[in-house]
Amino acid sequence: MKLYEYMGKELLARYGIPVPEGGVAATPEEAAALTEKIGSIVLKAQILSGKRGKAGGIGFTDNHAEASRFSANLLGSELNGYQVDAVLVEKKLQIDREFYLAITVDGAARKPIILASAQGGMDIEDVPEEELVKITLDVTIGMQPFVTREVTRRLGVTDALAKQIADILSKLYRLFVEMDAELVEINPLVISGEMVIAADAKITIDDDALFRQPALPLVEERTAAEKKAHELGLSYVELDGDIAVMANGAGITMATLDLIQYYGGAAANFLDAGGGAGVEQTAKALELLLSKNPKAILINIFGGITRCDDVAKAFAYVKQNSGIPVPVVIRLVGTNEDKGREILLDVGIDAYKLMHEAAQKAVEIAKGA
Amino acid sequence: MAIYLFADTQVLVQGITGNQGSFHTRQMVSYGTRIVAGVSPGKGGQNFDGIPVYHTVAAAVIDQRIDASILFIPAPFAKDAAFEAIDAGIKILVLLPEHIPIHDALAIMAFAKSRGTTVVGPNTFGVVSSGKCKIGIMPNQFFLPGNIGVVSRSGTLCYEIVGNLTACGYGTSTVVGLGGDRVVGLNFIDVLKELEKDQQTEAIVMVGEIGGSAEEEAAEFIKTNLTKPVIAYLAGKSAPPGKRMGHAGAIIERGKGTFEGKVKALEAAGVSVAQLPFQVPGMLDEALKK
Repeated sequence: MKLYEYMGKELLARYGIPVPEGGVAATPEEAAALTEKIGSIVLKAQILSGKRGKAGGIGFTDNHAEASRFSANLLGSELNGYQVDAVLVEKKLQIDREFYLAITVDGAARKPIILASAQGGMDIEDVPEEELVKITLDVTIGMQPFVTREVTRRLGVTDALAKQIADILSKLYRLFVEMDAELVEINPLVISGEMVIAADAKITIDDDALFRQPALPLVEERTAAEKKAHELGLSYVELDGDIAVMANGAGITMATLDLIQYYGGAAANFLDAGGGAGVEQTAKALELLLSKNPKAILINIFGGITRCDDVAKAFAYVKQNSGIPVPVVIRLVGTNEDKGREILLDVGIDAYKLMHEAAQKAVEIAKGA
Repeated sequence: MAIYLFADTQVLVQGITGNQGSFHTRQMVSYGTRIVAGVSPGKGGQNFDGIPVYHTVAAAVIDQRIDASILFIPAPFAKDAAFEAIDAGIKILVLLPEHIPIHDALAIMAFAKSRGTTVVGPNTFGVVSSGKCKIGIMPNQFFLPGNIGVVSRSGTLCYEIVGNLTACGYGTSTVVGLGGDRVVGLNFIDVLKELEKDQQTEAIVMVGEIGGSAEEEAAEFIKTNLTKPVIAYLAGKSAPPGKRMGHAGAIIERGKGTFEGKVKALEAAGVSVAQLPFQVPGMLDEALKK
């Protein structure tokens, strides 16, 4: 779960990391009031996407009327595909230098990793490899002083500045662990006179750990259909095509989408009904697929824990009770396959055995429709 | 020979009396796996289909020689159960659960490394040395003995590939599910190293997917260390960037972990990459003819 910048900064502040004076505003009046209080400000649209500056989502002023006008334009508008519901109004910083500081998980090393650079402010992908400090951490000892000393040595900073950056790193690691973060990123970390201040905050919390982070506000990035699928315990992603897809297992669902593309079609979604999906869950998944008005539906089941007869029963149930107005192609093999095929034959569906034949057929139907 | 698991491997099931645990214990027993003990806190002293059930792993290892353990434990409690098995000296740990918090996975990997325990997963279907020992949830009927080693990041897609192999007369030596999470224990390189040494294995099939850099790292390793033919299939060619395709690890972020990048790296290492799952057996025919 990605956090908005203002939420990330609240967390940083809670852990004792300096952030600019400011506040979040949901109306132009609030933005104006904050500007009047702070003086020279930067106003930033709060969306879960980078490159806000280029999209016109960041502005500077010291005039409250202008802050009101600018935020009135932003609030409710769409920026990089996201609706702006809030703006962050902050004191404009005097910027002497910009650093980059982050902690994330290095999957290959199976360890947390510090990423740091004296070239802050720009997209970290554009920082040359030799300018990037990368140090993995052993979780059994955590962020020790010797690690922060090495980071600051490689950043080429000394004395008071090194001390402040080391302190921020220690606090950032505590936040990373205690808040179950996958990523904590400060870019830029600004040197402003004697102060070191986090001018931006990008924090992603591990979805799988939200159960033990009850204090966090929930940030919804999903579309309405994706949200409904999540509540049903299904893994669902909306795509742009016209063939609705349901399969069991993430890998085989991806492979099904690839096959549709291979035969010249386009999938409307990724829907992994999971292993061991029962009749009820499968029926709900089908209803979800239909809600997007596809031209065809492709169901690809390789029954392991999932039982073919359960999927067939669910399909027959939905077909008889609410009707299925579009053509359906089903591939069915594995556990209880014969029973499943019989049930489908009774409702007029002759299931395929091979997934590529089924995918090819679904593409043909969608193109002819 | 096969790798990791053998006919005499003795297995513990943690969470043996639960819904999933009991179902799959019976499946594993019917496959021929030697399940010698189960753990279910509060149910020590009972038995499950004649398998003794213990209150703790420490109690189980006093009575039984245990070579490997499999966890059927809800994700929030998996860290404790994994620590318990590692602390009891169990050398192979199969972490089945999906949705284990990533910080828990990091802690498990660090502790396992300090104790010399091999971890498979999390979010894996398990490991099977075909015809000898299965520790996991894969459907029994597709895993017949043979000379193809298989290593996969995803479950059902691996069944699909192995199902195709079986239908074409290819059996498998050992099939390893690495797991779909960002942080997993065994990786492609660990398994490739073992399969290269294994006398039963004549060719290797890798099943990968978009996201992360595991396939690229494997390609580097294959280039200089493998003599056996390797065929790869990768899922996610059509996936748009930034969308997580079910698995935590299957996401193209910041232009990294793309399908094209992985194919390029693998082909440069001499790996044949199949376009479609059903092409794998034909490519094996080619590779083994040489």
